[in-house]
Amino acid sequence: MPADEPVEKRSDDLIDENLKKAFSETLDEGVPDRFKDLLAQLKQAAPQKPSEEPEK
Amino acid sequence: MTAADPRDAVLEHIPALRAFARSLTKDAVRADDLVQECMVKAIGNFEKFREGTNLRAWLFTILRNAFYSERRKAVRESEDPEGEIVGALAVKPDHDGRLQMSEFNIAFQKLKAEHREALTLIGALGLSYEEAAEACEVAIGTMKSRTNRARKELAQLMQLDDDKPTELTDSQTLSIVNQSGHM
Repeated sequence: MPADEPVEKRSDDLIDENLKKAFSETLDEGVPDRFKDLLAQLKQAAPQKPSEEPEK
Repeated sequence: MTAADPRDAVLEHIPALRAFARSLTKDAVRADDLVQECMVKAIGNFEKFREGTNLRAWLFTILRNAFYSERRKAVRESEDPEGEIVGALAVKPDHDGRLQMSEFNIAFQKLKAEHREALTLIGALGLSYEEAAEACEVAIGTMKSRTNRARKELAQLMQLDDDKPTELTDSQTLSIVNQSGHM
């Protein structure tokens, strides 16, 4: 039985579960359009430098 | 050939960046503004990112520095923003062992910023100690000890660390966690 399990361990698990729950809503929202649009704008403003990949 | 734009990889880290920003700012609107600032800086300095190194940690560092440099300006007149730790308001589970999500959040918000940060990165977002240390620009040992202290403090705030063995059984613990999910 888990009676011998260190208190610390169980409390850590509880903390981690709660932490994950606390942020799961944000994480589950995925990437809002606002940030997709922003990336597109930023990329347009500074086109990728064609240096790193040698041309085929 | 159309090689994928390496900057596109930034997008996959947006959810974690938003979560981290919320943890820092405690404010959803400010958090998203901070993520936006982070993206502008990251894309603007993308040539400084060395490919093959850890993009997530690099982005977290940018976001974190943006937050703290802004806060340093704002905080000069306010008193002791870091000192508001471990108040008297401990949150104790009910007799039936119920612990609400909001109570967890209240306890979490009482932690020192560096402790909240460590738990967010490691406990909630699953970064390794090494990655979190890189993101926060501290030694790995520092990150480990911050995480341990943060857990202890949080356990204290949540009254999970009584000297006597806690009365929670594993199944009760699980039910607490499950209940809190319905909040």
